[in-house]
Amino acid sequence: MGTFDGPGLRLVVFLQGCNFRCLYCANPDTIPLKGGKPTEIEEIVRMALSQKAFFGKRGGITFSGGEPTLQAKALIPLFKRLKEEGIHICLDSNGSILNDDTKELFKLTDMVLLDIKEFNAERHFLITGRENNNTLETAAYLQANNIPMWIRYVLVPGHTDFEEDIRALGTHFQSYSMIQRIEILPYHTLGAHKYEALKKPYLLKGVKENTPEKLEIARKLFEQYFPVVFVN
Amino acid sequence: MELNKNFADGIWSKEVNVRDFVLKNITPYDGDASFLAGPTERTKRIWSACLTALAEERANNGVRSIDNKTVSTISSHKAGYIDKENELIVGLQTDELLRRAIKPFGGINVVAKACHENGVEVDEHVKDIFTHYRKTHNEGVFDVYNEEIRSFRSLGFLTGLPDNYARGRIIGDYRRLALYGLNRLIEAKNQDLANLTGPMTEARIRLREEVSDQIKALKEMKLMGEYYGLDLSRPAYTAQEAVQWVYMAYLSAVKEQDGAAMSLGNVSSFLDIYIEYDLSNGTIDETFAQELIDQFVIKLRMVRHLRMNSYNDIFAGDPTWVTESIGGRLNDGRHKVTKTSFRFLQTLYNLGASPEPNLTVLWSPELPEGFKAFCAQVSIDTSSIQYENDDLMREIRHSDDYGIACCVSFQDIGRQIQFFGARTNLAKALLLAINGGRCENTGTLMVKDIPELKGDVLNFDEVMVNYKKVLKEIARVYNDAMNIIHYMHDKYYYEKAQMAFIDTNPRINLAYGAAGLSIVADSLSAIKFATVKTKRNENGLTEGFDIQGEFPFYGNDDDRVDNLAVGVTKFFSDTLAELPIYKNARPTLSILTITSNVMYGKKTGATPDGRLKGVAFAPGANPMHGRDEKGAIASLSSVSKINYDDAQDGVSNTFSIVPRSLGVTAEDRVENLISMMDGYFSKNAHHLNVNVLNREMLEDAMEHPENYPQLTIRVSGYAVNFVRLSREHQLEVLSRSFHERF
Repeated sequence: MGTFDGPGLRLVVFLQGCNFRCLYCANPDTIPLKGGKPTEIEEIVRMALSQKAFFGKRGGITFSGGEPTLQAKALIPLFKRLKEEGIHICLDSNGSILNDDTKELFKLTDMVLLDIKEFNAERHFLITGRENNNTLETAAYLQANNIPMWIRYVLVPGHTDFEEDIRALGTHFQSYSMIQRIEILPYHTLGAHKYEALKKPYLLKGVKENTPEKLEIARKLFEQYFPVVFVN
Repeated sequence: MELNKNFADGIWSKEVNVRDFVLKNITPYDGDASFLAGPTERTKRIWSACLTALAEERANNGVRSIDNKTVSTISSHKAGYIDKENELIVGLQTDELLRRAIKPFGGINVVAKACHENGVEVDEHVKDIFTHYRKTHNEGVFDVYNEEIRSFRSLGFLTGLPDNYARGRIIGDYRRLALYGLNRLIEAKNQDLANLTGPMTEARIRLREEVSDQIKALKEMKLMGEYYGLDLSRPAYTAQEAVQWVYMAYLSAVKEQDGAAMSLGNVSSFLDIYIEYDLSNGTIDETFAQELIDQFVIKLRMVRHLRMNSYNDIFAGDPTWVTESIGGRLNDGRHKVTKTSFRFLQTLYNLGASPEPNLTVLWSPELPEGFKAFCAQVSIDTSSIQYENDDLMREIRHSDDYGIACCVSFQDIGRQIQFFGARTNLAKALLLAINGGRCENTGTLMVKDIPELKGDVLNFDEVMVNYKKVLKEIARVYNDAMNIIHYMHDKYYYEKAQMAFIDTNPRINLAYGAAGLSIVADSLSAIKFATVKTKRNENGLTEGFDIQGEFPFYGNDDDRVDNLAVGVTKFFSDTLAELPIYKNARPTLSILTITSNVMYGKKTGATPDGRLKGVAFAPGANPMHGRDEKGAIASLSSVSKINYDDAQDGVSNTFSIVPRSLGVTAEDRVENLISMMDGYFSKNAHHLNVNVLNREMLEDAMEHPENYPQLTIRVSGYAVNFVRLSREHQLEVLSRSFHERF
């Protein structure tokens, strides 16, 4: 369970497979589409029910990854089951896939934790290997369909901490009433050892973690556009 | 006698019944903590004098001074003060702050040794009297112990038995003194005595003698009150008097007895009735109300008993277990949270963190949100409080007016008592089952007719058959020891002050205990699910185990192993229940180690779970350190499976979590801690010690104790000053699981 992936105490389910290749990914083992442990829908429902007592008023289940929307079609019946059981569902997503399946999935979701890696399209590409236009479209879809979201922004020194980009992001999303919270996730090197184990190069070697001052500058910057900003 | 006429009438005004008084007059409070007041100048002055004295105590090897001449009784010492002109609540155990008294009725050799270890010798005259003319509890027990009990005791199968220290655990209903005054209480006991007519069986004679002793104790309390200029013969009329009277009743107990745990009961919501009355009349304000509680709590923090050094092995950190139970609900659906429940918790801010009094919140998810949030905040800030499941205890123990004795043990206040039973080492017992009934360290034959195991690979069914035989035999010896101990304690060191505040002829629970449950569960799991081969020495005794393959550990919400822990608890509890007990007491069982998990581990050889010889056990019902790998919720879920029906003396769980892992914001952390406890207790778990700490801070405190004089942590049903633990106990605390995720 966790306290960092959505409101309250939450059962966090990590789904295998991702379409992004973020340089700083802390869970590189979840990137390949193959791997992971096939788990039955009912097994996840059972786990959620056995821990439901701990969820409290705001907690529930969070689907993270990897990129969970890659399995949107399979998740739809699971989300329906969880809703039947009265369990609050968060979906932690990069928002890069917007099709009929993901639209249906989003509608079954109580809250989306939308990861925006960068606002500047070029820098976004450099960090993730993908463009960010789909993510922005997904955000607009969530807003239009009244689906609450938290924006998560990984702050990597020298890669995502440009003032003009954060300001552009602020200007773009300022009017989104469904954005309830901005979470700044400070870049950390806790996942670095996993690269060694996977025999992959760690491309951010040498990038230092944020100083408290840098985090504070970023927080103040976001606060100029959004009422609720936290450093996670 | 003149009763206090300010309050709603009820049964309480016709007979001694404090519960009825509380029921009729309590003002439950549903709000938050915003009304609370800080400490007054007077309180700060007194507390500052205490801090100086506490520093001297630490500097002087943990004992500030000893009165080695005066045998401590209710009226033995004249008035003592900390800072007389600033004290609203008066009374010390001796004539000086933190001066420890001798109480040789428990055992003169114990007192002599404790004095000697602290650089003074017990007075010759006292020694002479208690050696040649007055027998003690300790002497009585050892006169009667047989070889079998001695050997189970000395080899570490039964340990920490209250045969060389006072048993404690009995909670007087100290509220009675405030509500009724001494005259009325003496009158009631005289009436009871008159009603105890023949035939004069041994039990009847004994009870008549006990009630007579109680009456003498009550009369002695009058004298003690007079030393302080207090007329305790009448009831208390004001809030200040109510607090003072309750404290005087408690003080008489801790002057007369030095039981391991001398708990306070559930006085806060009782006192709240008097405080509310004075507040509504405008005779006091909130600052004064808080001042009363702060000053009462200062006194409770200063309670001391004289102990031998070896006592520290089983009860580390000089605990006194002044346990005060706060909150909970009434059978009529109302809750018992009052503003004074908050005021008690507020002392941890006004005076700083502290292990005593042992503040225990009787938790129910139904308690008001404002109180739950304040409790969670106090836990996050101070790590000084523990929680017990009120819904569970109210339902199974049938009382809504109870306190917690010692660490975790239910006690119906004024109507029941308990006999403290220390504990059995279940892990060492398992090794008897694998070694043909012989002690794994010495080869001594402890249990006859346990067949040697057939091969090198342990067979689960074969081990279980032997283990059950061993547990039956240990239970028999344990029961014998308990009967002797409590017979002698009644005879030579009867708790006349405490018993004077309890109904005549109360129900008695015998609180048996068990240690090493997680070691046993993991060992049986290894034997069942992996391949465990014995490594034996030249005498055929196990000195280690070869484990091939995987097996589930207790603490990961895995029924395969958790059910083994549940089953062993039930079997041992059922086995004990078949044995007859002195005074027809009823058996209960705790899964609790206090801090003896270190010492038990030392006395226990390598176990089939892979634990090496001498390594400390996990405390209480905790999963073994580092083995509960699936996070906090899985760990809590495993412990919640131990059935309270099988362990009605309590299932202790000490839990440590890193502050950050509770959430991003301060509000998140409070809310998540509440969710966690609601979840844990709704699964019928019994007890939780909550520490919210970083390991790094404790490491720093080990190196620089002078910077952390008040650093408090929960260890096992109680809290300690971390810097007062031995290095060995500090390291054991550091080795425990600090959950970094849920």
